[in-house]
Amino acid sequence: MAAQNEPNIIELRHVCKAFAKPSGEPLPVLEDIDIAITKGEILGLLGRSGSGKSTLLRIAGGLIQPTSGEVLYREAPLGGPAEGIAIVFQTFALYPWLTVLENVELGLDALGLPVAEARRRAMASIDLIGLDGFQSAYPRELSGGMRQRVGFARAIVSDPTLLLMDEPFSALDVLTAETLRTDFLDLWIEQKLPTKAVLMVTHNIEEAVLMCDRILVLGSNPGHIAAEIPVSLPQPRNRLDASFHAIVDEIYAILTSRMAEAIGERKQVHGGMGQLLMPVSVNRVGGFAETLAMPPYAGHAELGKIAGPLALEINDLLPIAAALHILEFAELEGGAIKLTAAGHLFAQSGTEERKRLFREHLIRFVPLAAHIRQVLDEREGHRAPRERFEFELEDHLNRNDADSTLRAIIGWGRYAELFSYDDRTRTFGLDLSGQ
Amino acid sequence: MVEHHAEVLRGGVWQQRVPGWRDLVATLLVLGVVILLGTGARQMVGPFAAGHQEAISLSPAALPFYVLRTVMRMLAALLASLIFTFTYATLAAKSRRAEIVLIPLLDVLQSVPILGYLSFTVVFFVSLFPGNALGPELAAIFAIFTSQAWNMAFSFYQSLRTIPGDLDEASRSFRASAWQRFWRLEVPFAMPGLIWNMMMSMSGGWFFVVAAEAISVGDVQIALPGVGSYVARAIEQRDLAAVGWAIAAMTVAIVIYDQLLFRPMVAWADKFRAEQTAAQIVPKSVVLALFRRSSLAGHVSAPIGEELHRIARARLALPWRLPLANGWSPPRGLVDAAWYGLLIAAAAFVGWELAQYARSALAWDDLKVAAGNGLLTFFRVAILIMLASLIWVPIGVAVGLRPKLTERIQPIAQFLAAFPANLLFPVAVFLILRFELSPKIWLTPLMILGTQWYILFNVIAGASAFPTDLREAAASFRVRPWRWWRKVMLPGIFPYYVTGAITASGGAWNASIVSEAVSWGSTRLNASGLGAYIAQMTEAGDYPRIALGIATMSILVIATNRLLWRPLYLLAERRTRLD
Repeated sequence: MAAQNEPNIIELRHVCKAFAKPSGEPLPVLEDIDIAITKGEILGLLGRSGSGKSTLLRIAGGLIQPTSGEVLYREAPLGGPAEGIAIVFQTFALYPWLTVLENVELGLDALGLPVAEARRRAMASIDLIGLDGFQSAYPRELSGGMRQRVGFARAIVSDPTLLLMDEPFSALDVLTAETLRTDFLDLWIEQKLPTKAVLMVTHNIEEAVLMCDRILVLGSNPGHIAAEIPVSLPQPRNRLDASFHAIVDEIYAILTSRMAEAIGERKQVHGGMGQLLMPVSVNRVGGFAETLAMPPYAGHAELGKIAGPLALEINDLLPIAAALHILEFAELEGGAIKLTAAGHLFAQSGTEERKRLFREHLIRFVPLAAHIRQVLDEREGHRAPRERFEFELEDHLNRNDADSTLRAIIGWGRYAELFSYDDRTRTFGLDLSGQ
Repeated sequence: MVEHHAEVLRGGVWQQRVPGWRDLVATLLVLGVVILLGTGARQMVGPFAAGHQEAISLSPAALPFYVLRTVMRMLAALLASLIFTFTYATLAAKSRRAEIVLIPLLDVLQSVPILGYLSFTVVFFVSLFPGNALGPELAAIFAIFTSQAWNMAFSFYQSLRTIPGDLDEASRSFRASAWQRFWRLEVPFAMPGLIWNMMMSMSGGWFFVVAAEAISVGDVQIALPGVGSYVARAIEQRDLAAVGWAIAAMTVAIVIYDQLLFRPMVAWADKFRAEQTAAQIVPKSVVLALFRRSSLAGHVSAPIGEELHRIARARLALPWRLPLANGWSPPRGLVDAAWYGLLIAAAAFVGWELAQYARSALAWDDLKVAAGNGLLTFFRVAILIMLASLIWVPIGVAVGLRPKLTERIQPIAQFLAAFPANLLFPVAVFLILRFELSPKIWLTPLMILGTQWYILFNVIAGASAFPTDLREAAASFRVRPWRWWRKVMLPGIFPYYVTGAITASGGAWNASIVSEAVSWGSTRLNASGLGAYIAQMTEAGDYPRIALGIATMSILVIATNRLLWRPLYLLAERRTRLD
């Protein structure tokens, strides 16, 4: 972007955030974040779930205080929710006992306006966002799309300078989300909104490329800015443009290459015991492998190309890709995924054979699975508490990741009939016969 | 644009100006209630002397007036409970330091038998307004208050603690002040639970109104005009007909109360349900519909509504809040340590004082007697809950699975739960005497007479909420009856059953005081047990032993709640979740 003389709308400097674990030690979720949003800009924060992007948005909104670093809103420190910043929530956050009109008026409560003035502005905002006729309805009478329109109307009614959007379209179906996105972009481009800048959190790559002027890709554990991608395509943007696709593919490449790198690094240390696993159903992994093995992909596909037809978002796609990569059924290269020979076999075999193959690879490539099985085999009574492995994992991983890894290994181990797990007693065992 | 939406803003319907029949009925209802309440209120502040009280008349003609007085007390107590709830529970939910004192305290307060409060407070209230009826009135109202306030406060506190994160964040991001937040978010969110608990409280209140009006602690003998005193006198006079009249009057009063107050409230509170989905059964109220459709009521209430709306929207932010937040504040750990130290010191002091007092007034034998009686009552309650479960769970399931039947039975079960069962005691006592039955056995069922209905209607609610697909699945797999009960239905209704059983057992403990020792004229029946013990000591005005009895009961109730009901409840919650 061109150098700006105008001051930044909001600026985050060296922001870190750590939450306290139950044990008292800090669990870092964000590390050294620097963000500046300038006037007229839609900035996208893109990342997987768990990358701390929602926390980051709440810090910008004054709902959460950073552990260290500072937040400047219009060059003054931000001490809490401030006038001129409004949030659109993923879950809409509408008050079910208030009508549409009353919900929108809520956005004005803090200004202490006269009743008539508040009503006039609320009605204006309802009209602008295309809700006229629904003002006396209760949220439960509305469809998801209409509910989020109320969320938008409530956010813009106070004429905010900065609009924060927390995955505003992710709870909507594909069609509704598209309509709402387009409507919002129209208002934005035609400058019908008093808003000067937008910060949007999303895990939908295409959405980010469609809407944002600049995209920050967040990496996880703890959350940090992994890459910054300017999107200079003119609005309105076309999803079918080659240039649009190039950016989407670039982001996939960034995300997957970082993931493959991390997997490779973890494999080298601690005998691979610190490998982070993401819980994903083996059925999905198998289904994905089948699709990948068939034409037109024939075992090789750009993630950006295969995600669309399968309607997979990165939150779904990356764990599947990671599982295939870790189990060496596939390889990640750049933004593409390629089945290995074993992967082809895995994709084409029937239930029993697939199970056998999965088990084989699980023992060979996931040291944790082999370790659990070995402990159970050696122990008298063949039982071991979950805690035991939790402690071991926490030597290498933080608590969240350790938990995610254990959940993944339980699912995979059960599928492979490598071991059993009883959630009531939280113990691993070998009773594979059923009782 | 404002004009364009004007009619929408007034509720979405164009209102006719000509008064209709609905206006007439609504006006009559309002005027009637206002006049009645006014009359009752004037009587409350009249002169009063313990020596020459107005004798309670047993004529049925006097009953409507007595019912009115009793209802007034109930309303006053309910209002007091509401104010208590809003302050106490809010403080407990907002301040971590207050919470660690207030919530265990509430737990104890809840487990203290209601009559326990009466014996300790009546002298205080009477001396507060010497020579005025307000003193004993306040004592009675306070006694009713103690049967209503605690569960309401608990429900409100729990609602405040479970406000959905996104609604909380929205209200913070729109910078709502504490006052705005309270009326716009916290009270509405808590409303359904609060109203439900108010209804339960009301039932508890009816039960103890009899005891609260005819106060007899040691040498203090007070009979306030009301249904309770009427029944007490009828028992004294062995007048079964008068008892019958009282039962009839009470039935009418409860039905009216329900129709005029609670039904409209429940129907109105339906909009506060936090779920975004439409309910299968929408509560309806004829009275609410009447007022909503009456245009006159609309015109009269519109300005009031506007004003309330304005008050709720006012910011009323605390001006000293901001500088304090920015200024220096002592480290949290230090304040915490000081606070805990203070609490421990206070508890130690009170404990020491109590021990001293108990040593001088009580002997070890007293402790043994109280504990033995406690065990007896404990086994009674346990056996009664088991018996009631064996009877009402199958019936409740049978009813709950038939929607048509549920519609008819559920209001009856709720009415029975609200009906003060102790009005029926004289009838039972009469029968026991007539057939020369053993009081030790036959007085026992009286304890659960009033509270067993909670098991019934909770089980009905559980069975009718049982997912249809799960039922159909069980039917299509032809699950055998025994397995059907064990694997399908009982786990399905378990959380509801536990809720009902907790209420029923708590109620049974409370009821033991009035049901283990009963009288009919000069004949006294005593089933022994902790309830009888407390009742006896209250009559004798023996304060140390009243306190001992009450303490024993509180400990037993808290222990059963902690060791049995709470784990069961958590288990029920865990087991019925799918995620």
